[in-house]
Amino acid sequence: MSHGESWKVGKVHLPFRVALQISWRSIQVRFGRAMITAAGTCLGIAFLVTVWTSIALQRGLATEPDEAVAMRQSWLVIMSLLVSAVGISNSMFMAVTERYKEIGTMKCLGAVDRFVVELFLIESGMLGGVGAVIGGVVGFLIVVLFSIAKKQWSAVVGMDWAYMGSYFVLAILIGIGISVLAALLPATRAAKLPPAAALRSDV
Amino acid sequence: MAAPQESKFEDYVVRTRKLTKIYTMGGQALRALDDVDLDIKRGEYISIMGPSGSGKSTLFNMVGGLDKPTDGTVFINETDMAQLDAAELAWIRCRTVGYIFQTFNLIPVMTALENITLPMVFAGLSTDEQLERGRALLERVGLGDRLHHRPSELSGGQQQRVAIARALANDPDIILADEPTANLDLRTGKEIIELLREMNKERGVTVISATHDLHMIDISDRVVWVRDGRIEKIEERAQVDVEVGRVDWEEQHGAPT
Repeated sequence: MSHGESWKVGKVHLPFRVALQISWRSIQVRFGRAMITAAGTCLGIAFLVTVWTSIALQRGLATEPDEAVAMRQSWLVIMSLLVSAVGISNSMFMAVTERYKEIGTMKCLGAVDRFVVELFLIESGMLGGVGAVIGGVVGFLIVVLFSIAKKQWSAVVGMDWAYMGSYFVLAILIGIGISVLAALLPATRAAKLPPAAALRSDV
Repeated sequence: MAAPQESKFEDYVVRTRKLTKIYTMGGQALRALDDVDLDIKRGEYISIMGPSGSGKSTLFNMVGGLDKPTDGTVFINETDMAQLDAAELAWIRCRTVGYIFQTFNLIPVMTALENITLPMVFAGLSTDEQLERGRALLERVGLGDRLHHRPSELSGGQQQRVAIARALANDPDIILADEPTANLDLRTGKEIIELLREMNKERGVTVISATHDLHMIDISDRVVWVRDGRIEKIEERAQVDVEVGRVDWEEQHGAPT
Protein backbone atom coordinates (compact mmCIF):
# COMPACT_ATOMS: atom_id res chain seq x y z
CA MET A 1 0.00 0.00 0.00
CA SER A 2 1.40 3.39 -0.93
CA HIS A 3 2.03 5.80 1.89
CA GLY A 4 2.23 9.52 2.31
CA GLU A 5 0.35 11.66 -0.13
CA SER A 6 -2.16 9.04 -1.26
CA TRP A 7 -3.10 7.87 2.22
CA LYS A 8 -6.74 8.51 2.77
CA VAL A 9 -9.52 6.39 4.14
CA GLY A 10 -11.68 4.50 1.61
CA LYS A 11 -14.53 1.99 1.59
CA VAL A 12 -14.78 -1.74 2.17
CA HIS A 13 -16.67 -4.10 -0.15
CA LEU A 14 -18.43 -7.44 -0.01
CA PRO A 15 -19.52 -8.57 -3.49
CA PHE A 16 -22.83 -10.46 -3.39
CA ARG A 17 -21.30 -13.45 -5.15
CA VAL A 18 -18.73 -13.79 -2.35
CA ALA A 19 -21.39 -13.37 0.33
CA LEU A 20 -23.35 -16.21 -1.25
CA GLN A 21 -20.25 -18.37 -1.32
CA ILE A 22 -19.40 -17.73 2.33
CA SER A 23 -22.98 -18.42 3.44
CA TRP A 24 -23.16 -21.61 1.42
CA ARG A 25 -19.87 -22.78 2.91
CA SER A 26 -21.12 -22.08 6.42
CA ILE A 27 -24.07 -24.36 5.73
CA GLN A 28 -21.87 -27.09 4.24
CA VAL A 29 -19.55 -27.18 7.21
CA ARG A 30 -22.28 -27.21 9.85
CA PHE A 31 -24.52 -29.46 7.82
CA GLY A 32 -26.26 -31.29 10.63
CA ARG A 33 -27.22 -28.14 12.47
CA ALA A 34 -28.26 -26.53 9.19
CA MET A 35 -30.58 -29.41 8.40
CA ILE A 36 -32.29 -29.10 11.76
CA THR A 37 -32.86 -25.40 11.11
CA ALA A 38 -34.19 -26.18 7.65
CA ALA A 39 -36.45 -28.88 9.07
CA GLY A 40 -38.46 -26.18 10.83
CA THR A 41 -39.30 -24.49 7.56
CA CYS A 42 -39.73 -27.87 5.88
CA LEU A 43 -42.47 -29.00 8.25
CA GLY A 44 -44.30 -25.68 8.26
CA ILE A 45 -44.32 -25.44 4.48
CA ALA A 46 -45.21 -29.12 4.12
CA PHE A 47 -48.33 -28.48 6.15
CA LEU A 48 -49.13 -25.36 4.14
CA VAL A 49 -48.78 -27.24 0.86
CA THR A 50 -50.96 -30.15 2.05
CA VAL A 51 -53.76 -27.65 2.64
CA TRP A 52 -53.29 -26.02 -0.74
CA THR A 53 -52.99 -29.35 -2.57
CA SER A 54 -56.29 -30.44 -1.03
CA ILE A 55 -57.85 -27.25 -2.29
CA ALA A 56 -56.40 -27.88 -5.75
CA LEU A 57 -57.96 -31.34 -5.72
CA GLN A 58 -61.32 -30.00 -4.65
CA ARG A 59 -61.23 -27.32 -7.32
CA GLY A 60 -60.50 -30.04 -9.87
CA LEU A 61 -63.60 -31.88 -8.72
CA ALA A 62 -65.52 -28.59 -8.81
CA THR A 63 -66.35 -29.10 -5.16
CA GLU A 64 -67.32 -26.14 -3.06
CA PRO A 65 -64.72 -25.67 -0.31
CA ASP A 66 -66.11 -25.81 3.18
CA GLU A 67 -65.79 -22.32 4.73
CA ALA A 68 -65.48 -23.49 8.30
CA VAL A 69 -62.87 -26.08 7.44
CA ALA A 70 -60.94 -23.51 5.46
CA MET A 71 -60.92 -21.10 8.39
CA ARG A 72 -59.70 -23.72 10.82
CA GLN A 73 -57.03 -24.88 8.43
CA SER A 74 -55.83 -21.31 7.86
CA TRP A 75 -55.51 -20.85 11.61
CA LEU A 76 -53.52 -24.08 11.96
CA VAL A 77 -51.24 -23.18 9.07
CA ILE A 78 -50.49 -19.76 10.50
CA MET A 79 -49.67 -21.24 13.88
CA SER A 80 -47.41 -23.87 12.36
CA LEU A 81 -45.54 -21.25 10.36
CA LEU A 82 -45.08 -19.17 13.50
CA VAL A 83 -43.67 -22.18 15.30
CA SER A 84 -41.25 -22.70 12.41
CA ALA A 85 -40.21 -19.06 12.62
CA VAL A 86 -39.54 -19.29 16.34
CA GLY A 87 -37.45 -22.41 15.80
CA ILE A 88 -35.40 -20.72 13.10
CA SER A 89 -34.87 -17.65 15.28
CA ASN A 90 -33.68 -19.82 18.14
CA SER A 91 -31.29 -21.72 15.90
CA MET A 92 -29.82 -18.54 14.48
CA PHE A 93 -29.39 -16.98 17.92
CA MET A 94 -27.42 -20.05 18.92
CA ALA A 95 -25.31 -19.71 15.80
CA VAL A 96 -24.47 -16.11 16.76
CA THR A 97 -23.37 -17.20 20.21
CA GLU A 98 -21.18 -19.94 18.79
CA ARG A 99 -19.64 -17.81 16.10
CA TYR A 100 -18.78 -14.72 18.13
CA LYS A 101 -15.09 -15.24 17.49
CA GLU A 102 -15.55 -15.68 13.76
CA ILE A 103 -17.66 -12.52 13.60
CA GLY A 104 -15.15 -10.54 15.64
CA THR A 105 -12.36 -11.78 13.39
CA MET A 106 -14.23 -10.76 10.25
CA LYS A 107 -14.58 -7.28 11.68
CA CYS A 108 -10.86 -7.19 12.31
CA LEU A 109 -10.39 -8.04 8.65
CA GLY A 110 -12.53 -5.05 7.72
CA ALA A 111 -16.14 -6.21 7.70
CA VAL A 112 -18.76 -3.60 8.59
CA ASP A 113 -21.95 -4.43 10.49
CA ARG A 114 -23.94 -4.62 7.27
CA PHE A 115 -21.77 -7.47 5.94
CA VAL A 116 -22.48 -9.56 9.03
CA VAL A 117 -26.24 -9.00 8.73
CA GLU A 118 -26.09 -9.85 5.05
CA LEU A 119 -24.24 -13.13 5.66
CA PHE A 120 -26.69 -14.27 8.31
CA LEU A 121 -29.77 -13.36 6.27
CA ILE A 122 -28.44 -15.06 3.16
CA GLU A 123 -27.63 -18.20 5.12
CA SER A 124 -31.10 -18.29 6.66
CA GLY A 125 -32.73 -17.57 3.30
CA MET A 126 -30.81 -20.44 1.72
CA LEU A 127 -31.89 -22.83 4.45
CA GLY A 128 -35.45 -21.56 4.11
CA GLY A 129 -35.37 -22.17 0.38
CA VAL A 130 -34.04 -25.71 0.73
CA GLY A 131 -36.46 -26.53 3.56
CA ALA A 132 -39.41 -25.05 1.70
CA VAL A 133 -38.71 -26.95 -1.51
CA ILE A 134 -38.36 -30.25 0.32
CA GLY A 135 -41.37 -29.47 2.50
CA GLY A 136 -43.44 -28.44 -0.49
CA VAL A 137 -42.68 -31.65 -2.33
CA VAL A 138 -43.38 -33.75 0.78
CA GLY A 139 -46.65 -31.94 1.45
CA PHE A 140 -47.76 -32.34 -2.13
CA LEU A 141 -46.89 -36.03 -2.23
CA ILE A 142 -48.68 -36.77 1.05
CA VAL A 143 -52.00 -35.52 -0.31
CA VAL A 144 -51.52 -37.08 -3.74
CA LEU A 145 -50.50 -40.48 -2.37
CA PHE A 146 -53.43 -40.39 0.04
CA SER A 147 -55.81 -39.78 -2.85
CA ILE A 148 -54.27 -42.56 -4.88
CA ALA A 149 -54.63 -44.91 -1.91
CA LYS A 150 -58.30 -44.02 -1.84
CA LYS A 151 -58.40 -44.95 -5.54
CA GLN A 152 -59.14 -41.38 -6.57
CA TRP A 153 -56.60 -41.38 -9.39
CA SER A 154 -58.80 -39.35 -11.71
CA ALA A 155 -59.17 -36.66 -9.07
CA VAL A 156 -55.40 -36.33 -8.91
CA VAL A 157 -55.01 -36.10 -12.67
CA GLY A 158 -57.87 -33.62 -12.91
CA MET A 159 -56.70 -31.28 -10.17
CA ASP A 160 -56.35 -27.58 -10.81
CA TRP A 161 -52.69 -27.69 -11.89
CA ALA A 162 -52.49 -23.98 -12.61
CA TYR A 163 -53.62 -23.28 -9.06
CA MET A 164 -51.23 -25.91 -7.73
CA GLY A 165 -48.28 -24.57 -9.65
CA SER A 166 -48.62 -20.95 -8.64
CA TYR A 167 -49.39 -21.75 -5.01
CA PHE A 168 -46.42 -24.09 -4.80
CA VAL A 169 -44.15 -21.26 -5.88
CA LEU A 170 -45.88 -19.00 -3.37
CA ALA A 171 -45.22 -21.55 -0.64
CA ILE A 172 -41.50 -21.54 -1.46
CA LEU A 173 -41.41 -17.77 -1.32
CA ILE A 174 -43.23 -17.79 2.01
CA GLY A 175 -40.71 -20.30 3.34
CA ILE A 176 -37.77 -18.13 2.30
CA GLY A 177 -39.50 -14.99 3.56
CA ILE A 178 -40.19 -16.43 7.00
CA SER A 179 -36.62 -17.69 7.30
CA VAL A 180 -35.16 -14.32 6.46
CA LEU A 181 -37.50 -12.47 8.82
CA ALA A 182 -36.85 -14.94 11.62
CA ALA A 183 -33.12 -14.35 11.22
CA LEU A 184 -33.42 -10.57 11.37
CA LEU A 185 -33.07 -10.17 15.14
CA PRO A 186 -30.23 -12.69 15.48
CA ALA A 187 -28.44 -11.07 12.54
CA THR A 188 -28.58 -7.59 14.04
CA ARG A 189 -27.36 -9.02 17.31
CA ALA A 190 -24.44 -10.64 15.51
CA ALA A 191 -23.64 -7.39 13.75
CA LYS A 192 -23.25 -5.57 17.05
CA LEU A 193 -20.44 -7.81 18.28
CA PRO A 194 -17.24 -5.76 18.61
CA PRO A 195 -14.04 -6.70 16.78
CA ALA A 196 -12.46 -7.29 20.18
CA ALA A 197 -14.74 -10.32 20.47
CA ALA A 198 -12.08 -12.07 18.42
CA LEU A 199 -9.69 -11.71 21.36
CA ARG A 200 -11.94 -13.01 24.11
CA SER A 201 -11.27 -16.50 25.35
CA ASP A 202 -14.86 -17.08 26.42
CA VAL A 203 -18.30 -15.68 25.64
CA MET B 1 -8.46 14.28 9.70
CA ALA B 2 -4.96 15.75 9.64
CA ALA B 3 -3.46 15.79 6.16
CA PRO B 4 -0.14 13.99 5.90
CA GLN B 5 2.84 16.11 4.96
CA GLU B 6 4.26 16.00 1.46
CA SER B 7 7.90 15.79 2.36
CA LYS B 8 7.92 12.76 4.63
CA PHE B 9 5.38 10.28 5.78
CA GLU B 10 4.93 10.35 9.52
CA ASP B 11 7.76 8.84 11.52
CA TYR B 12 5.32 7.68 14.11
CA VAL B 13 2.77 5.19 12.90
CA VAL B 14 0.95 5.22 16.25
CA ARG B 15 0.81 7.98 18.81
CA THR B 16 -1.27 8.16 21.95
CA ARG B 17 -1.86 11.25 24.08
CA LYS B 18 -3.27 11.11 27.60
CA LEU B 19 -4.92 7.84 26.73
CA THR B 20 -7.41 6.80 29.40
CA LYS B 21 -9.88 3.96 29.59
CA ILE B 22 -12.30 3.57 32.46
CA TYR B 23 -14.56 0.58 32.87
CA THR B 24 -17.51 0.77 35.24
CA MET B 25 -18.16 -2.56 36.86
CA GLY B 26 -20.89 -2.92 39.42
CA GLY B 27 -20.84 0.75 40.24
CA GLN B 28 -17.08 0.88 40.61
CA ALA B 29 -14.87 2.72 38.15
CA LEU B 30 -11.83 0.74 37.05
CA ARG B 31 -8.99 2.73 35.45
CA ALA B 32 -7.66 0.20 32.97
CA LEU B 33 -5.48 2.87 31.35
CA ASP B 34 -4.42 6.06 33.03
CA ASP B 35 -3.09 8.98 31.04
CA VAL B 36 -0.81 7.01 28.72
CA ASP B 37 1.48 8.67 26.19
CA LEU B 38 3.16 6.34 23.75
CA ASP B 39 4.87 6.92 20.40
CA ILE B 40 5.59 3.98 18.14
CA LYS B 41 7.93 4.56 15.22
CA ARG B 42 7.26 3.23 11.77
CA GLY B 43 9.05 -0.07 11.23
CA GLU B 44 9.62 -0.79 14.90
CA TYR B 45 9.14 -4.13 16.56
CA ILE B 46 7.53 -3.39 19.89
CA SER B 47 6.51 -5.77 22.62
CA ILE B 48 3.99 -4.73 25.23
CA MET B 49 4.49 -6.70 28.40
CA GLY B 50 2.76 -6.80 31.71
CA PRO B 51 0.89 -9.00 34.13
CA SER B 52 -2.82 -9.77 33.83
CA GLY B 53 -4.95 -6.81 34.69
CA SER B 54 -2.12 -4.38 34.04
CA GLY B 55 -3.92 -2.67 31.19
CA LYS B 56 -1.70 -4.33 28.60
CA SER B 57 -4.68 -5.73 26.69
CA THR B 58 -6.55 -2.45 26.90
CA LEU B 59 -3.58 -0.53 25.53
CA PHE B 60 -3.24 -3.13 22.85
CA ASN B 61 -6.90 -2.74 21.84
CA MET B 62 -6.52 1.02 21.68
CA VAL B 63 -3.47 1.16 19.44
CA GLY B 64 -5.02 -1.46 17.20
CA GLY B 65 -8.26 0.40 16.64
CA LEU B 66 -10.31 -2.30 18.35
CA ASP B 67 -11.77 -0.12 21.05
CA LYS B 68 -12.35 3.54 21.80
CA PRO B 69 -10.79 5.37 24.75
CA THR B 70 -12.79 7.09 27.46
CA ASP B 71 -10.43 10.05 27.25
CA GLY B 72 -7.34 11.05 25.33
CA THR B 73 -6.48 10.35 21.71
CA VAL B 74 -5.03 7.62 19.52
CA PHE B 75 -3.44 8.64 16.23
CA ILE B 76 -2.80 6.03 13.58
CA ASN B 77 -0.91 7.53 10.65
CA GLU B 78 -1.65 10.91 12.23
CA THR B 79 -5.38 10.23 11.96
CA ASP B 80 -7.42 10.72 15.12
CA MET B 81 -9.27 7.44 15.51
CA ALA B 82 -12.13 9.08 17.39
CA GLN B 83 -13.01 11.15 14.32
CA LEU B 84 -13.66 8.09 12.18
CA ASP B 85 -17.08 6.56 11.63
CA ALA B 86 -17.76 2.83 11.61
CA ALA B 87 -17.10 2.37 7.91
CA GLU B 88 -13.80 4.27 8.08
CA LEU B 89 -12.72 2.26 11.11
CA ALA B 90 -13.48 -0.91 9.18
CA TRP B 91 -11.29 0.36 6.37
CA ILE B 92 -8.43 1.01 8.80
CA ARG B 93 -8.73 -2.54 10.13
CA CYS B 94 -8.81 -3.83 6.60
CA ARG B 95 -5.90 -1.90 5.11
CA THR B 96 -3.76 -0.34 7.79
CA VAL B 97 -3.67 -2.96 10.51
CA GLY B 98 -3.20 -6.72 10.26
CA TYR B 99 -4.24 -8.81 13.24
CA ILE B 100 -2.75 -12.00 14.63
CA PHE B 101 -4.46 -13.81 17.47
CA GLN B 102 -3.48 -16.25 20.17
CA THR B 103 -6.10 -18.69 18.91
CA PHE B 104 -5.21 -18.15 15.22
CA ASN B 105 -8.86 -17.31 14.41
CA LEU B 106 -8.89 -18.65 10.89
CA ILE B 107 -12.37 -19.02 9.38
CA PRO B 108 -12.96 -22.77 9.62
CA VAL B 109 -15.14 -23.04 6.51
CA MET B 110 -12.46 -21.57 4.26
CA THR B 111 -9.22 -22.91 2.86
CA ALA B 112 -5.87 -21.31 3.64
CA LEU B 113 -5.92 -19.38 0.37
CA GLU B 114 -9.48 -18.19 0.94
CA ASN B 115 -8.67 -17.09 4.48
CA ILE B 116 -5.82 -14.97 3.18
CA THR B 117 -7.79 -13.45 0.32
CA LEU B 118 -10.80 -12.50 2.46
CA PRO B 119 -9.30 -9.15 3.55
CA MET B 120 -8.40 -8.58 -0.08
CA VAL B 121 -12.06 -9.08 -1.00
CA PHE B 122 -13.03 -6.40 1.50
CA ALA B 123 -10.34 -4.15 0.07
CA GLY B 124 -11.84 -4.49 -3.38
CA LEU B 125 -9.02 -6.34 -5.15
CA SER B 126 -9.86 -8.25 -8.33
CA THR B 127 -9.97 -12.04 -8.22
CA ASP B 128 -6.77 -12.29 -10.26
CA GLU B 129 -4.91 -9.97 -7.93
CA GLN B 130 -6.24 -11.89 -4.95
CA LEU B 131 -5.00 -15.22 -6.24
CA GLU B 132 -1.63 -13.84 -7.23
CA ARG B 133 -0.95 -12.09 -3.94
CA GLY B 134 -2.48 -14.93 -1.93
CA ARG B 135 -0.27 -17.57 -3.52
CA ALA B 136 2.83 -15.40 -3.13
CA LEU B 137 2.11 -14.79 0.56
CA LEU B 138 1.48 -18.44 1.32
CA GLU B 139 4.71 -19.40 -0.38
CA ARG B 140 6.58 -16.76 1.56
CA VAL B 141 5.41 -18.24 4.85
CA GLY B 142 6.33 -21.72 3.67
CA LEU B 143 2.88 -23.12 2.93
CA GLY B 144 2.88 -23.02 -0.86
CA ASP B 145 1.77 -26.65 -0.95
CA ARG B 146 -1.16 -26.14 1.43
CA LEU B 147 -3.21 -23.58 -0.47
CA HIS B 148 -6.42 -25.55 -0.38
CA HIS B 149 -6.22 -27.04 3.08
CA ARG B 150 -8.77 -26.10 5.70
CA PRO B 151 -7.59 -24.98 9.15
CA SER B 152 -8.63 -28.34 10.56
CA GLU B 153 -6.04 -29.95 8.29
CA LEU B 154 -3.23 -27.71 9.50
CA SER B 155 -1.10 -27.83 12.63
CA GLY B 156 -1.09 -24.95 15.11
CA GLY B 157 2.14 -23.56 13.73
CA GLN B 158 0.86 -23.80 10.17
CA GLN B 159 -2.37 -22.07 11.13
CA GLN B 160 -0.43 -19.22 12.67
CA ARG B 161 1.64 -18.94 9.52
CA VAL B 162 -1.57 -18.62 7.52
CA ALA B 163 -2.69 -16.01 10.04
CA ILE B 164 0.53 -14.07 9.50
CA ALA B 165 0.06 -14.23 5.74
CA ARG B 166 -3.52 -13.04 6.21
CA ALA B 167 -2.37 -10.15 8.38
CA LEU B 168 -0.07 -9.09 5.53
CA ALA B 169 -2.77 -9.48 2.87
CA ASN B 170 -3.31 -5.77 2.23
CA ASP B 171 0.26 -4.68 2.92
CA PRO B 172 -0.60 -2.99 6.22
CA ASP B 173 1.43 -0.43 8.13
CA ILE B 174 0.96 -2.27 11.41
CA ILE B 175 0.76 -5.87 12.51
CA LEU B 176 -0.96 -6.27 15.82
CA ALA B 177 -0.13 -9.61 17.45
CA ASP B 178 -1.96 -10.74 20.59
CA GLU B 179 0.02 -13.47 22.33
CA PRO B 180 0.91 -15.08 18.99
CA THR B 181 2.97 -17.89 20.50
CA ALA B 182 0.91 -18.68 23.59
CA ASN B 183 -0.81 -21.69 21.99
CA LEU B 184 2.33 -23.08 20.38
CA ASP B 185 5.15 -25.25 21.63
CA LEU B 186 8.54 -23.73 22.22
CA ARG B 187 10.14 -24.57 18.90
CA THR B 188 7.14 -23.60 16.78
CA GLY B 189 6.79 -20.41 18.79
CA LYS B 190 10.38 -19.49 17.99
CA GLU B 191 9.76 -20.12 14.29
CA ILE B 192 6.75 -17.82 14.37
CA ILE B 193 8.68 -15.09 16.16
CA GLU B 194 11.46 -15.47 13.61
CA LEU B 195 8.95 -15.18 10.75
CA LEU B 196 7.45 -12.05 12.27
CA ARG B 197 10.89 -10.52 12.62
CA GLU B 198 11.67 -11.33 8.98
CA MET B 199 8.43 -9.69 7.84
CA ASN B 200 9.24 -6.69 9.98
CA LYS B 201 12.65 -6.29 8.36
CA GLU B 202 11.62 -7.19 4.80
CA ARG B 203 8.51 -5.09 4.50
CA GLY B 204 9.12 -2.40 7.08
CA VAL B 205 5.81 -3.22 8.73
CA THR B 206 5.56 -2.11 12.36
CA VAL B 207 4.92 -5.04 14.67
CA ILE B 208 3.15 -4.42 17.97
CA SER B 209 2.91 -7.49 20.09
CA ALA B 210 1.26 -8.10 23.45
CA THR B 211 3.02 -11.05 24.95
CA HIS B 212 4.32 -13.03 27.88
CA ASP B 213 6.89 -14.77 25.72
CA LEU B 214 10.37 -13.76 26.76
CA HIS B 215 11.79 -14.92 23.44
CA MET B 216 9.88 -12.06 21.91
CA ILE B 217 12.02 -9.64 23.88
CA ASP B 218 15.14 -10.88 22.12
CA ILE B 219 14.06 -9.48 18.81
CA SER B 220 12.05 -6.45 19.91
CA ASP B 221 13.44 -3.02 19.23
CA ARG B 222 11.72 -1.73 22.32
CA VAL B 223 9.80 -3.27 25.18
CA VAL B 224 6.97 -1.39 26.87
CA TRP B 225 6.29 -2.57 30.41
CA VAL B 226 2.76 -1.86 31.59
CA ARG B 227 1.53 -2.00 35.13
CA ASP B 228 -1.63 -0.70 36.78
CA GLY B 229 -2.76 1.13 33.67
CA ARG B 230 0.44 3.08 33.26
CA ILE B 231 3.65 2.60 31.38
CA GLU B 232 6.14 1.53 33.97
CA LYS B 233 9.14 1.76 31.69
CA ILE B 234 10.19 1.52 28.06
CA GLU B 235 13.41 -0.29 27.37
CA GLU B 236 15.55 -0.36 24.28
CA ARG B 237 16.62 -3.87 23.41
CA ALA B 238 20.16 -3.36 24.60
CA GLN B 239 18.93 -2.38 28.02
CA VAL B 240 16.57 -5.28 28.57
CA ASP B 241 17.58 -7.25 31.61
CA VAL B 242 15.96 -10.63 31.20
CA GLU B 243 16.36 -12.99 34.06
CA VAL B 244 19.23 -15.11 32.90
CA GLY B 245 18.24 -18.11 34.98
CA ARG B 246 14.83 -18.64 33.43
CA VAL B 247 15.64 -18.19 29.74
CA ASP B 248 18.94 -20.05 29.77
CA TRP B 249 17.44 -22.97 31.66
CA GLU B 250 15.00 -23.59 28.81
CA GLU B 251 17.75 -23.33 26.22
CA GLN B 252 19.91 -25.90 27.98
CA HIS B 253 17.40 -28.28 29.45
CA GLY B 254 14.47 -28.04 27.06
CA ALA B 255 11.00 -26.66 27.64
CA PRO B 256 9.11 -27.83 30.72
CA THR B 257 6.58 -30.57 29.84
